Amino acid sequence: MAGQSDSHLSLFSPEEVEFMAEDELVEIVPNLRMDSLNFICGDYGPFYPQIATQVPFWLAVALKKRGKCTIRPPQWMSIENLTQVLEGERDSHAFQPLPFHYVEISRLLFDHAREDIPDIYMVRSLVEDIRDVRFHKVETNLEKFTASTVTWKNMSAMEVNIIRAFSGRALQAFYKHENEQVMPDTDRTQDRQPQIPTIRPKRNLKPR
Amino acid sequence: MATGSGEESTSAIMDDYETLISTTDVELLKRAWRNEKAAPEILQYESSLVQRIKEQIELAEQNVEMFEADSIDPLTVSLYQMDLDRTQFLLRSYLRVRLQKIEEYLFHILKTDEYLNRLSKQEQMFARRCTDDLGNHLDETVLSKLPDNYQSILKQSITSEEDDMDFLAFDCDKVQEVADLIIFPWSYSSYSYGRHTYKIMIRLNEFIFTRKTHGNYRDGARFTYLCMLQVHKEAFGEGENRFGVSIDPTTLIIVVVINNRK
Repeated sequence: MAGQSDSHLSLFSPEEVEFMAEDELVEIVPNLRMDSLNFICGDYGPFYPQIATQVPFWLAVALKKRGKCTIRPPQWMSIENLTQVLEGERDSHAFQPLPFHYVEISRLLFDHAREDIPDIYMVRSLVEDIRDVRFHKVETNLEKFTASTVTWKNMSAMEVNIIRAFSGRALQAFYKHENEQVMPDTDRTQDRQPQIPTIRPKRNLKPR
Repeated sequence: MATGSGEESTSAIMDDYETLISTTDVELLKRAWRNEKAAPEILQYESSLVQRIKEQIELAEQNVEMFEADSIDPLTVSLYQMDLDRTQFLLRSYLRVRLQKIEEYLFHILKTDEYLNRLSKQEQMFARRCTDDLGNHLDETVLSKLPDNYQSILKQSITSEEDDMDFLAFDCDKVQEVADLIIFPWSYSSYSYGRHTYKIMIRLNEFIFTRKTHGNYRDGARFTYLCMLQVHKEAFGEGENRFGVSIDPTTLIIVVVINNRK
């Protein structure tokens, strides 16, 4: 069959979310000379040694793996910024503004660009703490789900992906239950019309 | 604040770039892919976009072959190959998600013009071949052994409400053609529905069995389908001779109330 990883059509697997994150731009410092690359997705380069340039993440990781560049961690990944964000997350119920793909980007950098990040252990623990606090907020917010519109600002791609399918179904269920109160099921009343002497219990039609 | 400005400059760069690349085909394909994955129903096929992407992919494939033939350095070749792979993945995934949706909503799509028009020509062919295959399979395994009224998969498809509610009102002379029945073991003297009163008499020994019968007895609630027979009022009247057929959509059982007009 023409299926993919998930049985449910609308779910993106984490790999697919990472795929989308890999198109984000990041700054690299190449150590080689290369002509420009004319990709289907865009043109990058030319590359000169020690001259910083912006490329998509997947390209940066590919070059890094072959030792052809160093990756500059993005501004928001500094220790000061992350500490501030973490405190903000802990103090308030709202989500702090973070790049949409911060989870995937930080993951990619930790995996492939360890030496390019100063104080990587500190940064890593900060990011993990931020993830925990935010996800905990997601969970508590889920309890406050109502049928009206739900607006959560500053969520990131991974967090959205985790609850996407569930919140869609939950909102649908809310809608269905609310509407039943407004519009009573007319089929049921018609069923009672024939006065049948029956001992057997009536079987309710499945509402379509 | 240092952090604030840092975030702003990155996001400003991102925004500019977003507007720049939002016109690239890859970005459009990514958007179509995301939409298709997230939407519960099938969306309009992006024929021109897919066509352009296909051409670009073919160009890129030729490029890669040329590079390998000219022995350009393997790093460049592999980078071009990666870009090609990514684009191919998007295209394939997009097409696959659509096929998956077509398979899931097969009958509904084929019956509704609005959805049918959202398919590409190949997808429409695929949908028709799918129904043919499904029909053949069901015919061989099940349907050929059922009575004539059931043999259309379209009527029995649970995706459709209208077809399931089809009923046939027979002229009393054609009663012999009625196929399987569920017999109600009790008889009614009269049944009221809406403004009409139908008198129904059922005698067990007067029903005609052409093939096997189903074992279940349904309760009188099924007679609500008789409301449709208002259209054929002339077939009804006072007295005992009355008939009608309705099909139970949930259990594949025909409920027949017949009596011969002798």
